[in-house]
Amino acid sequence: MTTTVAQAGNTGQMRRRPVAGRKLVDRLVKVSSWIAAWFGIFVMGFLVYEVIKRGIVAINWDFFTQPTPQDATMTSGGGMANAIVGTLVITLCAALMAIPTGFLGGVYLAEFGRNGRVATMVRMVANVIMGVPSIVVGVFAFGIIVKPVQHYSGFAGSVALAFIMLPVMARTTEDILNLVPNELRESGLAMGAPRWKVTLGVICRAARGGLITGATLAIVRVAGETAPLLFTALSSPYWMTGLFGPGGFFGGPVANLTKTMFDFSGSPYSYWVQLAWGGALVIIVAVLGMNILVRLLFQRGKEW
Amino acid sequence: MVGTTVTDQTSQQQTPTVVPPRLEVSEERRAGGDEDFESLPSQISVHNLDFFYGKEQALFANTIEIKKNRVTAVIGPSGCGKSTHIRTYNRIFNLYRDQKARGEIMMDGENILSSQTDLLELRRKVGMIFQKPSPFPMTVFDNVAYGLRQHYKLKRGELSDRVEHALKRSAIWDEVKHKLNEPGNALSGGQQQRLCIARAIASEPEVLLMDEPSSAIDPVATAKIEELVLELKSNYTIVIVTHNMQQAARVSDYTAFFFEGYIVEFGPTTQIFSNPVQKQTEEYITGRFG
Repeated sequence: MTTTVAQAGNTGQMRRRPVAGRKLVDRLVKVSSWIAAWFGIFVMGFLVYEVIKRGIVAINWDFFTQPTPQDATMTSGGGMANAIVGTLVITLCAALMAIPTGFLGGVYLAEFGRNGRVATMVRMVANVIMGVPSIVVGVFAFGIIVKPVQHYSGFAGSVALAFIMLPVMARTTEDILNLVPNELRESGLAMGAPRWKVTLGVICRAARGGLITGATLAIVRVAGETAPLLFTALSSPYWMTGLFGPGGFFGGPVANLTKTMFDFSGSPYSYWVQLAWGGALVIIVAVLGMNILVRLLFQRGKEW
Repeated sequence: MVGTTVTDQTSQQQTPTVVPPRLEVSEERRAGGDEDFESLPSQISVHNLDFFYGKEQALFANTIEIKKNRVTAVIGPSGCGKSTHIRTYNRIFNLYRDQKARGEIMMDGENILSSQTDLLELRRKVGMIFQKPSPFPMTVFDNVAYGLRQHYKLKRGELSDRVEHALKRSAIWDEVKHKLNEPGNALSGGQQQRLCIARAIASEPEVLLMDEPSSAIDPVATAKIEELVLELKSNYTIVIVTHNMQQAARVSDYTAFFFEGYIVEFGPTTQIFSNPVQKQTEEYITGRFG
């Protein structure tokens, strides 16, 4: 090449770098990321396969209608019904406490606090709480609820779960509201509507798909927790008997799926172990099912 | 007919972090035109308006008269403060904590920059159309009814009459009359923008601010919006920011040329486009920069 560039210094002919090496690296990265991705999917598939294989034999009518067996000699009959009901009640109560509070907290962070000092602090605290091991949360709930009243209770379990959900819900809400473009906020305010009306009627409405998905995922996340229930709801071989009194939601230990699975899987009785696998199957199907369902329903969540 | 030319006069003592360009201060001068600028009633009188994004000053001593029932176009290169300027008229900038305006914007005998101004009432009087069509996530009907419900107590029949009227005035009724219960964002971009205009005019404002209303939509839809602007000016005072100089020439009665936060020149559109006083204005409208 006869370039006649008269500019300063190093503008002569450039020495080529070999291509082969770069091609090899390119291929290596592609293949290794492909392997890593499929390994993840394989592990997931393997897990689901094992749980289905071992759990499916435990699934029958009794499983969903009978309480956990109290007699170790039983090899049939008995189920997980009391634990399933307990888990539903505990999780639902936790959701009732954490979802509205978390939602409003998220609204504050995204719409009002923004980058203010208070919001920055709240956001940091929420992030820290999300990283706290769940068993620590269980001990915390034990300290503030179980210890003072001197007995375990389903409610204490709900408080522990709510404590885990709260920051998740707040941060999710904030992230989702931040996705709503500012033009929509300005358009709402430009109509002469007050801020709260624009926030709830326009912004949250635009983001409703994402908000519902976020709330559902927050619930699903805690539904499978075990550690926070160890010191709080404990477990029970009986049905929950209403709200108060020794067998009630506020009055005593409440059966739940995860703690029951924990107990049964470690027991020497093969029928109990089988029931534990059945419980695992139910949880996995419920959690996966909810995940897939909300994602399918609200995939088009960006309607604004 | 008077065209006023406003340049930097008083802002030097504000210690701006942006070094303002040196512009010649020209005398007020008479210009050709067919109406008497001075005797036309003003809807908005802006005097020495400064604007700050945090510590950075974006507008310098803006002074301008927005005449009632006229279309005023705001032109200038990107980042010259056009949008910033009209966003003070409804104080929408108040959404952001670090944005501050100083000076005087008189409307109906009040300085709307005063802390006593009722923003909800101000925004009822001053509607705004944004660059990007932004229908609310609700039906076409509810979109248009939003401001009506906000500001007036109406019986159901009257509400739907007014919604229909606003949609007709915005030249979109025929396209949406069978879609009133469908979501507003299911409409095309051009239709959405006219829906936003219907939403803004439904609650009967006095002023319509349009911030590049046709920059995100196609030429056919743009033509419709321009027709609409001409049609609406008999009832509303319109301030339109535009990047498109042909558009400014087509729709406006008065034009203000902004440059680096200053109103370099303001006058009748015919004069600005045929015989501008300032060299910068001439260079901009002839496409030599910007």
